[in-house]
Amino acid sequence: MIKAILIFNNHGKPRLIRFYQYFTEDMQQQIIRETFHLVSKRDDNVCNFLEGGSLIGGSDYKLIYRHYATLYFVFCVDSSESELGILDLIQVFVETLDKCFENVCELDLIFHMDKVHYILQEVVMGGMVLETNMNEIVAQVEVQNRLEKSEVLNCLFCHVNSSPINREATKPAVPDQHRLRPL
Amino acid sequence: MPAPIRLRELIRTIRTARTQAEEREMIQKECAAIRSSFREEDNTYRCRNVAKLLYMHMLGYPAHFGQLECLKLIASQKFTDKRIGYLGAMLLLDERQDVHLLMTNCIKNDLNHSTQYVQGLALCTLGCMGSSEMCRDLAGEVEKLLKTSNSYLRKKAALCAVHVIRKVPELMEMFLPATKNLLSEKNHGVLHTSVVLLTEMCERSPDMLAHFRKLVPQLVRILKNLIMSGYSPEHDVSGISDPFLQVRILRLLRILGKSDDDSSEAMNDILAQVATNTETSKNVGNAILYETVLTIMDIKSESGLRVLAINILGRFLLNNDKNIRYVALTSLLKTVQTDHNAVQRHRSTIVDCLKDLDVSIKRRAMELSFALVNGNNIRGMMKELLYFLDSCDPEFKADCASGVFLAAEKYAPSKRWHIDTIMRVLTTAGSYVRDDSVPNLIQLITNSVEMHAYTVQRLYKALLDDISQQPLVQVASWCIGEYGDLLVSGQCEEEEPIQVTEDEVLDVLEGLLVSNLSAAVTRGYSLTAIMKLSTRFSGVNRIKKVVSIYGSSIDVELQQRAVEYNALFKKYDHMRPALLERMPIMEKSASNGPTEIVQTNGETEPSVVDSKHPPPVSQPANQANDLLDLLGGNDVVPVIQTTVPTKPASAGGELLDLLGDLSLTIPPMTAYNKNGLKIDFTFERANPNPNVAVITIHASNSTEADMTDFVFQAAVPKTFQLQLLSPSSNVVPALNQGTVTQVIRVLNPQKQQLRMRIKLTYTLKGSPVQDLAEVNNFPPQSWQ
Repeated sequence: MIKAILIFNNHGKPRLIRFYQYFTEDMQQQIIRETFHLVSKRDDNVCNFLEGGSLIGGSDYKLIYRHYATLYFVFCVDSSESELGILDLIQVFVETLDKCFENVCELDLIFHMDKVHYILQEVVMGGMVLETNMNEIVAQVEVQNRLEKSEVLNCLFCHVNSSPINREATKPAVPDQHRLRPL
Repeated sequence: MPAPIRLRELIRTIRTARTQAEEREMIQKECAAIRSSFREEDNTYRCRNVAKLLYMHMLGYPAHFGQLECLKLIASQKFTDKRIGYLGAMLLLDERQDVHLLMTNCIKNDLNHSTQYVQGLALCTLGCMGSSEMCRDLAGEVEKLLKTSNSYLRKKAALCAVHVIRKVPELMEMFLPATKNLLSEKNHGVLHTSVVLLTEMCERSPDMLAHFRKLVPQLVRILKNLIMSGYSPEHDVSGISDPFLQVRILRLLRILGKSDDDSSEAMNDILAQVATNTETSKNVGNAILYETVLTIMDIKSESGLRVLAINILGRFLLNNDKNIRYVALTSLLKTVQTDHNAVQRHRSTIVDCLKDLDVSIKRRAMELSFALVNGNNIRGMMKELLYFLDSCDPEFKADCASGVFLAAEKYAPSKRWHIDTIMRVLTTAGSYVRDDSVPNLIQLITNSVEMHAYTVQRLYKALLDDISQQPLVQVASWCIGEYGDLLVSGQCEEEEPIQVTEDEVLDVLEGLLVSNLSAAVTRGYSLTAIMKLSTRFSGVNRIKKVVSIYGSSIDVELQQRAVEYNALFKKYDHMRPALLERMPIMEKSASNGPTEIVQTNGETEPSVVDSKHPPPVSQPANQANDLLDLLGGNDVVPVIQTTVPTKPASAGGELLDLLGDLSLTIPPMTAYNKNGLKIDFTFERANPNPNVAVITIHASNSTEADMTDFVFQAAVPKTFQLQLLSPSSNVVPALNQGTVTQVIRVLNPQKQQLRMRIKLTYTLKGSPVQDLAEVNNFPPQSWQ
């Protein structure tokens, strides 16, 4: 079972946190800090597995992480998951993000945190792997996004006289170093 | 009131904050705006506000006031609202908050919604944070969805079912009928989650396990199709067809085949096929191979297959990729118990991994190395391990040191080698060894009688170099105290003897007493060592002086010792030589190791964490005074250590008997011998419980007539418990032709001296005879 999925940048700022086991808010922040501390010490050419920190609980948990450009993707799992399999899963997840956001970079994750959550929901549910087929995931997410958009448009037509339409902010140009590429 | 700002604006604003305080201010302002917007019950912008709240929650700010708003969003008709509402529920709510139960009705309605995505959202939320009450209420709906033909919903329902089963195990049977045709699905997503569901059910209930064994052929077929199917673009990951599903199926096969010959038989072929055909150039191939190897090792596979598996692991060890090496070491650790010889073949590679730069690999390699040590390779392995101990990080040193001690104890080829190894560990990692290794070492040293001179010399030299490592200093001062005479007389055979005078030795010991580096315990050791030397050295005055100085020490422990030793010099000088005599060889307790049971006054408790054992040396000192009261008494002697308590070499002939001989057999004794009836007691220790003494009585009759209707009864003091088993017969034949035996079990938790009152009744030559007697002469080993 996957206990937690954390994405944070090279300075430890969280970009996405998802816990599949209950922790209080304080504990959650502590866990993020501790995990960042453990993971940032690692050299780039060592293995991607770490024994878990003491907070997230016990001897059964491992941290499996991958470092892409400025982001760390950390999955905290117990012994029922295959370590090498989870590494592949992280890769699938990142490639899915890439397909959904077109050359995804850290800024995408920052400004669209909710959308990243929705994509993750199609991959992992309740701490267990739900779907690993990238095209499936992307297709399902796109249908749901279209559903949302159509509702928003309906609303806009209803309220067209009462509130100003906010213009879609344009996405700033992304410098190369922020593009997510696997290391 | 102006429309609340969009999430994007908020994020942009927060990112411009330069300090933590600025960020906190912005967030507080926004929280206030959100709160007032919530109060206004504004439906249009609620989802925007909750999205912002979730963002702030991720940064670590409190967001609990949004919980009810999430519920309102879930109840809304719009998909957008529901989406963010359910997300908020999953992130902010948990079964610990009472609010979550209000969701149950909404989820129930949404599970039956016309839009599959809404149903999907509901299933997702239930599967993530559903409490047991919610699961109980909604299990029926989940079960219905498990049977639907919509694959999107079916796979979510399967995982939701897993969650329900985890929360409410009794509902497992409910899902059984729905699992009937789960495996005939074509959709890989559904297959994958179904296998997860089946795995969960099999792990939880052995009945289910037996039930699902019949699925093995079907699973094998699916796996075969996956391997043989060739390129399929939708499931392909780096050239392998749906590796995730393959891994899951392999895991389920492992559980199903675990102790079952038939299933294992059915799997053999496919496992061999996967093992040989999978491409290993990419990580995915290795993931499958790894899972295959684990499965082969766990089921009852044939030996050829097992050898294949271990060889694959050996190949993994040589792989350049660190991850592969890590998982190989992990799985070798799991299999080393069962397939020891096969793993031994890879020993040199494993030992090389000790030198790897990666911390995780080093740790695995160290554990595996310790598992591989045996009588044949002990010397070579120990060399590598000691080298590792020198150069490793502090976090490893404690584990490595205790591992080295255990291995050395089990397989030491010679006593000298053992002592050398221990010295090496103490000098390199002395401050990391566990506290209980000090008494263990001392006991080991006393046992190797011929090495005493060599040992004390080496320890003395080590002390001259460095007095900062406390365990080393403690052991060294104890040894110098015991064997100082050997040191001074220069008697060492193993090594070049060094010339040391008594004054030099006392200098070193006194140096320990005053040094800042010495812990309080160490000071105790050195004071006692100095005292012991008073009988071994000729110059007593210096020692008397030191002892009297410490009589006014601030440290209570030292003060007590010094005062007692002073008393020894003054009033009890006649007892001093006997009290301070050489320690006898200590008996080794049955199991030495970290999980040993420590007995404290008969109560047993695991001794792993508690390391406050006072050194054996303190026993004689503290008991010097106690003994003066104890002579002839039977008071309970507190047993604190793992080794047999060292009774001091003390005055009084009868107490010397307490030191006991080390043979584990307890000598038999005659309990009663009168009128031709002799009753002997022979003893055994009941092994699982050392507090129980098993006594067998042998009754023999030296008169000319048989003793019939022989009944033996026994009574013990209240602190004991007695169990009399049935006798072999009631007739004791005449003229010692045979004996009647009967077994008595005595439980003696407080280790008090065994006493028994026996009553004998028998008929001799027609007249009944009855006699009462007290048995007090039990050998001490029978009740210690």
